[in-house]
Amino acid sequence: MNKEERTPLLETRDLKKYFKTGAGLLHAVDSINIKLYQGETIGVVGESGCGKSTLGRTILKLIEPTSGDIIYNGKNISKLSTRAMRPLRKEMQIIFQDPYSSLDPRKSVIDIISEYMLIHKVYKSKKETYQHAAELMDLVGLARRYANVYPHELDGGRRQRIGVARALSLNPKFIVCDEPVSALDVSIQAQILNLLMDLQDQLNLSYMFVTHDLSVVKHISNHIMVMYLGVCVEFATSDELFENPLHPYTQVLLDAIPEPTLESRNQPFKLIKGEVTSPINPKPGCRFAGRCEHCMEVCTQVTPEYVETEPGHFVACHLVNGR
Amino acid sequence: MEQLNNNGQILEIKDLKVVYKTDLEVVEAVNGISFKIDKGKTCGLVGETGAGKTTTALSILGLLPERTGKVLDGEIIFEGRNILELPDEELRHIRGNAISMVFQDPMSALNPVYTIGDQIGEAIKIHNPELSKEDVEKRVEEMLQLVGIVPSRKVEYPHQFSGGMKQRVVIAIALCCEPDLLIADEPTTALDVTIQAQVLAMIADLRDRLGTSMLMITHDLGIVAKTCDDVCIMYAGKIVEAGTVEDIFSGNRHHPYTEGLFGSIPNLRVKSARLKPISGLMPDPTDLPVGCEFSPRCEKCMEICRTQKPDIYTEGTHKIYCHLYSGNVNNNGETVPEEEKTDE
Repeated sequence: MNKEERTPLLETRDLKKYFKTGAGLLHAVDSINIKLYQGETIGVVGESGCGKSTLGRTILKLIEPTSGDIIYNGKNISKLSTRAMRPLRKEMQIIFQDPYSSLDPRKSVIDIISEYMLIHKVYKSKKETYQHAAELMDLVGLARRYANVYPHELDGGRRQRIGVARALSLNPKFIVCDEPVSALDVSIQAQILNLLMDLQDQLNLSYMFVTHDLSVVKHISNHIMVMYLGVCVEFATSDELFENPLHPYTQVLLDAIPEPTLESRNQPFKLIKGEVTSPINPKPGCRFAGRCEHCMEVCTQVTPEYVETEPGHFVACHLVNGR
Repeated sequence: MEQLNNNGQILEIKDLKVVYKTDLEVVEAVNGISFKIDKGKTCGLVGETGAGKTTTALSILGLLPERTGKVLDGEIIFEGRNILELPDEELRHIRGNAISMVFQDPMSALNPVYTIGDQIGEAIKIHNPELSKEDVEKRVEEMLQLVGIVPSRKVEYPHQFSGGMKQRVVIAIALCCEPDLLIADEPTTALDVTIQAQVLAMIADLRDRLGTSMLMITHDLGIVAKTCDDVCIMYAGKIVEAGTVEDIFSGNRHHPYTEGLFGSIPNLRVKSARLKPISGLMPDPTDLPVGCEFSPRCEKCMEICRTQKPDIYTEGTHKIYCHLYSGNVNNNGETVPEEEKTDE
């Protein structure tokens, strides 16, 4: 693939987001570089508190980045004012994690889906807007008879479909999906994942798929980025990451998923000690060192470099880099 | 089928029916389920939201909401006695002492204004009034040690702990009276995968060490494969398939819902472009289908499924409630279940 010739739809360069806290600077997102091409999906995986949601929100400029560049369609948007961002908002949307709290309980389904179109004055009349909203309901598989009901009358799967329809209402090119299925049951989860994949094919969308569950991103992503305490520890194509995980943290994440097979029954739990530590004023060295079973002396002193072990496979780990 | 001696089993549920009644409607949450848990074994209760898993657990503990929840029919036999007929006083001795429960959400299961030491101690004091203050404290420290928390942290409050640690505290409370039966209601759903593995390993280890029997409520078949001996798969208040772990994970014949559940899980080892979800949604529990509860969503739905409740099909320990396999359909020659139909 000659990717260099294509321009990415979205690119971040050394993107950082630090929060000021009483105890010091919290490094939520630290030097993240990603490239996302039209029609592709990048999966961002990590435990709670690793900064994956912050990354999604910073890219959309819902939170101001501390430093670094966000380049959307060849244009640097990291310094744009709120007003200058407004036309771009149509092209960049987000689907939220919790379909219960992300929908206005006092608006009916059709009003929720129409809201963005009315704000951006996409159509001349309200009638046209509602017409389009109804078409969106068809697109995401919501029966039109639900147009006038309120969110509390619907179950999680249908609510998440409203969230998807709303995100699509302005014909975006890029959607951040922030754990869109983690609040749903397995059978509904699969329905929504398939819906998102179908829509991507139909509308040539680009997704950034944020999740804590590696198995969810496997099917949907072209590339996967594994995050730990604000930094990217491994980046590879989806197939490569699952076949050849190099970073110890990625291996731990993969091993921790209980597999629904009888063979897994006799294998002991593969455990990792400890929990995600505080990202406030991190010390130099590998941020994963404290929990890593392969930790060497160098890991606690020198921050590992981000190297390309194979074309398209990047890892930040002394173990791999030393080889 | 009826066995009078219940030496081998700690809990037996017979034809349990539970409804939630409000002025407006009657929600049929559990519709005649029967299963038993053998001593020292772990039984998995699997299903999606609204399948009636938690309602089953709450009925075992007598914790159904007083005004709305009602057990219509059935027996819950714990160590030879029907729990449903026990007076409140006696039930109180069982609850938290002989049977205890780990709740789904550790964030809301703990009281934010008491230290965790107090909360563990409370359960010990109530069920062992003869213990002195020092003995209770000692026991609290032992329990914390057991679940892997430094005993000196007993003076801390829940907000000072992370999610995984809080769940350990909840487990310590559940285990402090050495219960014979532990009910774990989705104990790891609110946790990260790495922490989930830690908590599951700990539960499995403690269970083996203390010989506790367990009812594991979950929607994750991976957890079932790892921790359970027997499995009941629930759908809309009914058990649709039951058997040993081997039956469920490797048997030839399965309920279409079970196949659907397996198809919905992204498989880490196999490359496939799409998942095979179950179409449609759970039926409304106030208005369940006349025939098989799963028929509106079932790919293999037949005429008979819409009108008649399925019979049980038994193969050793494996039970399937589905018309596909029940005798009458076979004899009539209407449908021949194919043998090659395997999941995965």
